Amino acid sequence: MPDSLVIKNLNASIGERPILKDFSLTVPKGEVHAIMGPNGTGKSTLSKVLAGHPDYSVQSGSALLDGEEILGLEPDVVARAGLFLAFQYPSEIPGVTIANFIRAAIVARQAKGAPFDAKAYYTELYAKMDALKMDRKFTARFVNEGFSGGEKKRCEILQLLMIKPKYAVLDETDSGLDIDALRIVSEGVNRMRGPDTGFLVITHYQRLLEYIIPDRVHIMWDGRIVHSGGKELAIELEAKGYDWVKTELASA
Amino acid sequence: MAEIDENLAQREAIDVDRSKGDFKYEESYAFDAGVGLSASVVDYISKVKDEEPWIREFRQKSLKIFEGLPMPTHWATTDLDNIKFDKIRYYLAKGQKAVRTWEEVPDDVKKTFERLGIPESERKFLAGVEAQFDSEAVYSRMKEELEKLGVIFCGPTDGLRDHPEIFRKWFGKVIPAGDNKFAALNSAVFSGGSFIYIPKGVKVAQPLQAYFRINAENFGQFERTLIIADEGSEVTYMEGCTAPKFETATLHSAVVELVALKGAKIQYITVQNWSANVFNLVTKRGVAEEGAEVRWIDCNIGSRLTMKYPGVVLRGKGARGEVLSIALANDGQHQDTGAKMIHAADDTTSNIIAKSISVGSGRSTYRGLVHIPKTLKNCRNNTECDALLINEHSRTDTYPAISVRGQKNSVQHEASVSKVSAEQIFYMMQRGLSEGEAMSLAVNGFVNDLVKEFPMEYSVELKRLIELQMEGSVG
Repeated sequence: MPDSLVIKNLNASIGERPILKDFSLTVPKGEVHAIMGPNGTGKSTLSKVLAGHPDYSVQSGSALLDGEEILGLEPDVVARAGLFLAFQYPSEIPGVTIANFIRAAIVARQAKGAPFDAKAYYTELYAKMDALKMDRKFTARFVNEGFSGGEKKRCEILQLLMIKPKYAVLDETDSGLDIDALRIVSEGVNRMRGPDTGFLVITHYQRLLEYIIPDRVHIMWDGRIVHSGGKELAIELEAKGYDWVKTELASA
Repeated sequence: MAEIDENLAQREAIDVDRSKGDFKYEESYAFDAGVGLSASVVDYISKVKDEEPWIREFRQKSLKIFEGLPMPTHWATTDLDNIKFDKIRYYLAKGQKAVRTWEEVPDDVKKTFERLGIPESERKFLAGVEAQFDSEAVYSRMKEELEKLGVIFCGPTDGLRDHPEIFRKWFGKVIPAGDNKFAALNSAVFSGGSFIYIPKGVKVAQPLQAYFRINAENFGQFERTLIIADEGSEVTYMEGCTAPKFETATLHSAVVELVALKGAKIQYITVQNWSANVFNLVTKRGVAEEGAEVRWIDCNIGSRLTMKYPGVVLRGKGARGEVLSIALANDGQHQDTGAKMIHAADDTTSNIIAKSISVGSGRSTYRGLVHIPKTLKNCRNNTECDALLINEHSRTDTYPAISVRGQKNSVQHEASVSKVSAEQIFYMMQRGLSEGEAMSLAVNGFVNDLVKEFPMEYSVELKRLIELQMEGSVG
């Protein structure tokens, strides 16, 4: 499928330990898919494997981004192909300002030697920071250094809005956010929703999905999707709890 | 497949760029002291330069000191034993007189400097340029208005001949021949370098620059620089250096003496980018009189082994000394650098900020010396050394020696070692940066606060050099 992120029978492990087990999922452009599941079920591993993290090894399966295989590619090649990962725990980069970091990410996507329009860049950057209610002084701060949990997540969403990937994987973006920050971050994501972008929202709680209304909800258990449904599935899961998954869905 | 081809093409492009100085045009030399070191080689150099007897004696005495001193391998690396003094050529020149326009520079030599961008920089932002090719300067020129103000900018041979009254007073006084084995060697065979005098109250706004180029194989370059800033004057001097990469070891051993008289300011900037076969063993020291300031900005990117500890003797009340140092040790390189601050008067302050980056099997060593005797008061020193390790095999060592006595003196020392983690690299690569770009961004971030202190042109150049080094270190 050209306009989709198609993951098929993916088996991946960290060291000797298998984590993803015949995992399959398709996220078409223009849709928001949510993956819910208890801790330790492989949600974050999925995001890392897709992004090409060197600690994980893929045994079999495929992940096609608009028809192109991304498994086995270097992380930067995957990123430039159009996959963005909003990290659960973003790294600090001392001495590198947010403005310079995002600029480097954008320049990395330009043709080699192409001129960089600094004025247009700052205009866009400031507009998006305003939307995320970020102080403009933030551009001069070093990436994630000394940031609160909420500031880190806002910074991830700012990068998402500036880089404009084809597919965005949001890994537990709601963790560490208070309700106001959650609303602001969600608004940022919602503004990007449209026919050109597919979203995969990974979350432990239903709370985030009150703000980012998903088209599809998938429940993950022991390395694979065990149940899929519409947005109401998230509410059902919240009401019944993960024990329900364990006893009814996982055994099926 | 297209992706792979593109990567290859990119890497090739980087290799060409990375070895900016790695090229050589064949040369013939009218003056050649032959191979090996002896009293007759020293005499040959002195004779070619038509020197006064006192300087010839100084050279011969220095040679004896050199021969009598052991290699400092009891504290420094044993790699020093790989220098074969009897295989080195100590003097190679086409002539002794530097010309004053680029047009007059011999075509082949001019091509070298044009390729290194020297004439272009001169036009853009420099007050004066001297370009040394092996043993002698081939080009030397300063803006006319500075000449009218009495500024002197020439080589030591011209300095000795034309300005003996200033030269002799200070030459070898800040760094005597017996200071260390390599200072003694330089004192015996020195040739080229700069002699600068800034008259009272003259503030030279734009930098004076010297460019040192080694072109010949098995060659030793021994330039000698003496800068005297008279009362209330100010000057910034910048030196750059490159050499083609040879199979055999090349030696560069300079001596640089700075004298800042009452209220004067000297800023000395080095961007050292020798090829990876060069032993770079340099002695640099300044004296700061009352209210004067000496500031060393020292960036070591190239060479096989660099040993260099710029120092300031704070001799007058209220004098200030500063060393800002960046060292990048890539695979197979050892940057053994640091700073010395000798407080010798009340109310003197010194500041040392040293940052080192070790990549691959690269090794960086910081050696610091801060001395404040108990007879002094209100002296302050601040020392910060930060090391960044890029991967498992890289190595960093810190040897600070601080001797502070007396009641009203203070010293502050901070040291840190950090590492670029795999997670940081992954994070940056997930944003689309290649591994090399990610590393160079991390390294530039690490040196960022220090580089901000540098004049703009040099911070841009340094950033570019770091990028080239980091690009070349992966894949």
